[in-house]
Amino acid sequence: MARATDVTKAQGDLYLERLTKSFGDFVAVDDLSLTVPQGSFFALLGPSGCGKTTTLRMVAGLEDPTAGRIKIGEADITELKPFRRPVNTVFQNYALFPHMDIYENVAFGLRRRGIKDVKTQVMEALELIELAQVAKRKPAQLSGGQQQRVALARAIVNRPAVLLLDEPLGALDLKLRRQMQLELKRIQTEVGLTFIHVTHDQEEAMTMADTVAVMNKGVIEQLGAPTDLYESPKTAFVANFLGQSNLFPAAVLEVDGEDIVLEDSDGRYRMPMNRVAPSVSPTRGGRVLVGVRPEKIHIERLAESDATPADGNYVDGTVRSSSFMGVSTQYEVATAGGEIISVFAQNLSARDLLSEGDPVRLTWAPRHGFVLNGSEDMNAGVEAVTAAAG
Amino acid sequence: MSVDTSTGQAAPERLSAGRRVRRWLGANALRVYMGIAFVYLLLPVAYTFLFSFNDAGRTNLTWQGFTFDNWLNPCGAPQVCQSVVNSLTLGLLVTLVATILGTLIAFALVRYRFRGRSTTNLLIFLPMATPEVVLGSSLLALFLNIFVPLGFWTVMIAHVMFCISFVVVTVKARLASLDPRLEQAAMDLYASEAQAFRRITLPLVAPGIAAAALLAFSLSFDDFIITNFNSGQFTTFPKFVYVSATRGIPPQANVIASAMFFIALALVVIGQVIGVRRRKG
Ligand SMILES: Nc1ncnc2c1ncn2[C@@H]1O[C@H](COP(=O)(O)OP(=O)(O)OP(=O)(O)O)[C@@H](O)[C@H]1O
Ligand SMILES: [Mg+2]
Repeated sequence: MARATDVTKAQGDLYLERLTKSFGDFVAVDDLSLTVPQGSFFALLGPSGCGKTTTLRMVAGLEDPTAGRIKIGEADITELKPFRRPVNTVFQNYALFPHMDIYENVAFGLRRRGIKDVKTQVMEALELIELAQVAKRKPAQLSGGQQQRVALARAIVNRPAVLLLDEPLGALDLKLRRQMQLELKRIQTEVGLTFIHVTHDQEEAMTMADTVAVMNKGVIEQLGAPTDLYESPKTAFVANFLGQSNLFPAAVLEVDGEDIVLEDSDGRYRMPMNRVAPSVSPTRGGRVLVGVRPEKIHIERLAESDATPADGNYVDGTVRSSSFMGVSTQYEVATAGGEIISVFAQNLSARDLLSEGDPVRLTWAPRHGFVLNGSEDMNAGVEAVTAAAG
Repeated sequence: MSVDTSTGQAAPERLSAGRRVRRWLGANALRVYMGIAFVYLLLPVAYTFLFSFNDAGRTNLTWQGFTFDNWLNPCGAPQVCQSVVNSLTLGLLVTLVATILGTLIAFALVRYRFRGRSTTNLLIFLPMATPEVVLGSSLLALFLNIFVPLGFWTVMIAHVMFCISFVVVTVKARLASLDPRLEQAAMDLYASEAQAFRRITLPLVAPGIAAAALLAFSLSFDDFIITNFNSGQFTTFPKFVYVSATRGIPPQANVIASAMFFIALALVVIGQVIGVRRRKG
């Protein structure tokens, strides 16, 4: 047996400090800093080509950073060879060894470290991914989804301090995907590994991760708990990339105590100051973007509520289109000021359905809106979502 | 076409003959073509094989009668066996040296970016593109000018030189199709560079290296022109056959040629059988 490789025993939080990677003139990862607490499930979410894989490859040691440091706990692993890092990767393209059977693929890491009971551990890992029956097959004889699960088992079996997953569930069908998500989450909490999970799928990121980082063009736009990110996006990109948002331009009228008052051609909006993104300067006349999620908007027929609502923001308009989606109905409402606002209304009763041309009033609670910097592109991240879905 | 389909029902008998021929050709054209190609390829071999049983006296050009004597005593004619042994020794040594050197060059060319890389890439093709006569005579001039006595070693140097090109090209093709991420995955799974090379790269490139070695051996064993220029008194099998052609090629040469053909055939068949077994098992 080959002599065991001495892997560093480093434990602790993973730190990326001012990490940069350039390929020639092109900056793939730009001055990126983040901390992933030990034992947490961290999701890296972003459109294609934003630098997710490159970041993971630097953590794994397969790519040399142009600048910056990588640490696990106290140990600086920036200069360490990949095989000395307590880090394993589930590769985006699987990278299974074609000349070895599934068993040997999974056993590879254990054997290199000179572990004793290879067989039990490998079979356990194969049971976990429900592929024990194909242990003797070659990778080429498996389906894409099966190969992906083998890639997962091959990394997990080593119980590394940090596990990097580069879209590990992309090739699976929905059912298997949900199942593997639960398995992954279970393994992660049980064994207490640090997971860094790269995905295109925002739903996956939000259901699984403790912390989600939204990445765009080599930088992290925003990082936080899934609910924080969803409820209080700080940039238009995040607002559009995570779920759907209505964004429309407005101007700052005044700051009134705890609230900010905004105005556009459809009326005035009042929101608490804590709903304002830090990049916004709340000076009179300053351009901002008002954001509100479609499901936070209440829609009702205008004739029934002529009085101005006391608490809350509102816009009047007419229904331009409606699409019935079972649990909810999606309306597109055109406002007098020329904005198109989409609304998800729960289907409480079929009689309440509105139809095209109906005059409606849209209202939402002040704390449900958010205010972004007006210089941002309202559509940032929209194309990215469409591309990722297509 | 439309007429065909409408009248096809009315007069099936009349059309069927021509159609049948065409259909038969459509189904069997490939087989017929293959048969012709095989005859073309194998007729000379069959002829060689047949004349290895010729009870030839002085010359093996005309059929004199059937005998097993040549097969029972393949070394009967002077120098036949010595030349075969020479060719085999030379071939093995050339294969070893050319395969090792060529593989190393291929790795360097595919894996590393260095100054003169594209030039090397180009120069590697030269021995393949240059006519053998030119190559052979130039080498002869070189050896004479630096006073190297002709013989086994000069032939070997000459063979290694042109075999390397073929080895490089063959191994390079295999290496280029190898995903570098496999090696990275191995290193990610705690394999050092050396282990990743031995356990991942080498096994995956091995078929290419083996093919290159076979190619080198057959090229060396086969070569006559360059050998003839640079061998001096040293005699390989092709050279023996050529030289004896003036006096009449002994039937033992046919025996050895036929035997080599069957050995090669057997090796291929065994290789295939093992391959099929391994895939099933
Ligand atoms: N070796 C390389 N040389 C040059 N450019 C590269 C290299 N590797 C990556 N890039 C570029 O860096 C950018 C980020 O690539 P990366 O693979 O990290 O994207 P990603 O976020 O993983 O995308 P995806 O979701 O499609 O996998 C891309 O624009 C890519 O073209
Ligand atoms: Mg990627």
